[in-house]
Amino acid sequence: MSPSKSRTAPAAGRPRSQGRVVASRDAAGHLDVDALIHDRSVRIIVCCGSGGVGKTTTSAALAMRAADAGRGVCVLTIDPARRLAQSMGLTELDNTPRAVAGAGADGGSLDAMMLDMKRTFDEVVESHATPEKAAQILNNPFYQALSSSFAGTQEYMAMEKLGQLHGQDEWDLIVVDTPPSRSALDFLDAPERLSSMLDGRFIKLLLAPAKGPARLLSAGFGLVTGAINKILGAQVLSDVQTFVAAFDTLFGGFRQRAEATYALLQAPGTAFLVVASPEPAAMREASYFVERLAGDRMPLAGLVVNRVHDDVTDGIELDEARAAARRLRGAGETETQVAELLDVHVERLITAAREQRERDGFARAHPGVPQVPVTALSTDVHDLEGLRRIGDLLARTGTPQG
Amino acid sequence: MSSTALHVVTGKGGTGKTTVAVALALALAGRGQRVLVCEVEGRQGIAQLLDVAPLPYEERRVASGLGGGEVFALAIDAESALLEYLDMFYRLGRAGKALDKFGVIDFATTIAPGVRDVLLTGKVYEIARRRGEKKDTGPQYDAIVIDAPPTGRITRFLNVSTEVAGLAKVGPIRRQSDSVTAMMRSDSTRVHLVTVLEEMPVQETLDGIAELTAAELPVGHVVVNLVRDALLDEAAASAIDEGSLDAEAVGAVLSSAGLDGSTATTLVAEGRGHLERQALQAAQRALLAESDARTAELPLLDGVDLGSLLDLAGRLREQGVA
Repeated sequence: MSPSKSRTAPAAGRPRSQGRVVASRDAAGHLDVDALIHDRSVRIIVCCGSGGVGKTTTSAALAMRAADAGRGVCVLTIDPARRLAQSMGLTELDNTPRAVAGAGADGGSLDAMMLDMKRTFDEVVESHATPEKAAQILNNPFYQALSSSFAGTQEYMAMEKLGQLHGQDEWDLIVVDTPPSRSALDFLDAPERLSSMLDGRFIKLLLAPAKGPARLLSAGFGLVTGAINKILGAQVLSDVQTFVAAFDTLFGGFRQRAEATYALLQAPGTAFLVVASPEPAAMREASYFVERLAGDRMPLAGLVVNRVHDDVTDGIELDEARAAARRLRGAGETETQVAELLDVHVERLITAAREQRERDGFARAHPGVPQVPVTALSTDVHDLEGLRRIGDLLARTGTPQG
Repeated sequence: MSSTALHVVTGKGGTGKTTVAVALALALAGRGQRVLVCEVEGRQGIAQLLDVAPLPYEERRVASGLGGGEVFALAIDAESALLEYLDMFYRLGRAGKALDKFGVIDFATTIAPGVRDVLLTGKVYEIARRRGEKKDTGPQYDAIVIDAPPTGRITRFLNVSTEVAGLAKVGPIRRQSDSVTAMMRSDSTRVHLVTVLEEMPVQETLDGIAELTAAELPVGHVVVNLVRDALLDEAAASAIDEGSLDAEAVGAVLSSAGLDGSTATTLVAEGRGHLERQALQAAQRALLAESDARTAELPLLDGVDLGSLLDLAGRLREQGVA
């Protein structure tokens, strides 16, 4: 682990637990996704995983299947692909859940929304500060940069939005997609980082000239502000100072809500799904996620392995197929074509074996964590039927062809 | 005097960005160059790929003896870069420590927007300007390869001066970011985009090219990774399409070769799946061809080790990426 990670990871100092695994397995030992979404005590499902593993599609498909099973569902997506968003009617980013037409059965319904981090941040400011103070904050250059481009803002705001949605109490299940963070579970660090920023001496010192006794202005502080002025320029420091002073009254509320959301994630009623693809890098990340969730005592349901190419390994065995292909090639037109079909079969077996090795490796390292493989579809999902097919695959009630 | 060539490798998550960055570094070294490959996201992907100990904030030689060239590797992290920067330009030995104690380093590297990227790219800028040990020997490295952030973030990452513009209008951070942006836009820089032949990554690549171009950042190659070779020739493909190569015909050949004829249905279905995937690959390839970017292709390999990395390096050289 890099120094930067260990520096910000709050889990390091906490006792490690075995991790709570909350989901059940089906008869074949796979993660039972249907049991999870039919369990009415489960109110929040968080899908996390590294970028490019199909996390958003998994979230949407789960939400869809739960809605079809009679639950009132809201899915919070972070950055869906254009066509997937369109398929759910998410044509504009208005930061409010909208009903998805054509989803839901047996009294169930599906609402979907895309996170607009800047607007979420602005709304928090507007709803917790006087109009004058809100305007002052919204116009501050430091705030503008922080709310629109700081990489961690998305994580904070995803947490904030989840807390809001849960507080509205309009849905009996909320499915959350998480940002494709550089460092896996940054959103778990949000309360911790807010606290450390708040309680940090730097912030206290920045606030000191505005409200504190002059003795706080130690020689050390002079050294620090001097250095910052040298590097960033004096205007930056004064922007930050103005921002912090204006934001000070909001900080407490921010931290409180972030801590409440963190507690909500740990509570019974929440289930985490780790999403991966059967590639070494993605599976390594998945292992890290599982360990990190255990470290934070977050309830883990299991691992979804997307994009599994060849879950089935029937037919002729590898060596036999190779040998036969060699014999048949060139022996005649049809024979050569059959040899080529055998080549395809060989490639499929090799891929299947490689992917199985990855999944077995994970299973050995985390024996308590159930997995479910999801066979790769040949095309991306862009309609509700596609999401239902993925849902069938997740619940192992469908085949990739039908 | 020649300057250090800068190869920025980006791509959607899961497309094999790090593999391509390392293969590119090996390819350049194979031309006798002295190359530095760096990562900026704290993942230790390079170390894992090359099976070496985690990389420190210090250039380490990781490969040599490839056509006379050498590859060095470095993991850049914002905290170390800031402390080094302070020390180098302000001789802030004591103040640097004070800054750390007051939580300013944390603040600057994790909370202050844009600063993190300026620090990461600023380190690359510093290395690119270094000269070799002897006078007039040219730059210390012939090329630097960056395993950069993903496509969605790359323009922001390279275009640091725009990023900090709203924040710092004057001062050293501003000057530094302007110099970095000038280097990124110069002729010695190429931004390569790694993709696979699937809808979302291809769309993201095309969007990325448009964004980079709009920001005046030089687009290099689109490296199409994990390409599956066509295993069925045209005759076999049309025979499957027309239905003449059906389970019965395949079963007969299998039986005559002493194999289980009942597996023919599976084989034909697999053949159809293969043709479908090939058609999808071709469609995505056609989309990429509509952009002006040069492309290079790398095959899907069964596992990655030094041998296969050198194989990929050779292919990148053949296709003019290195």
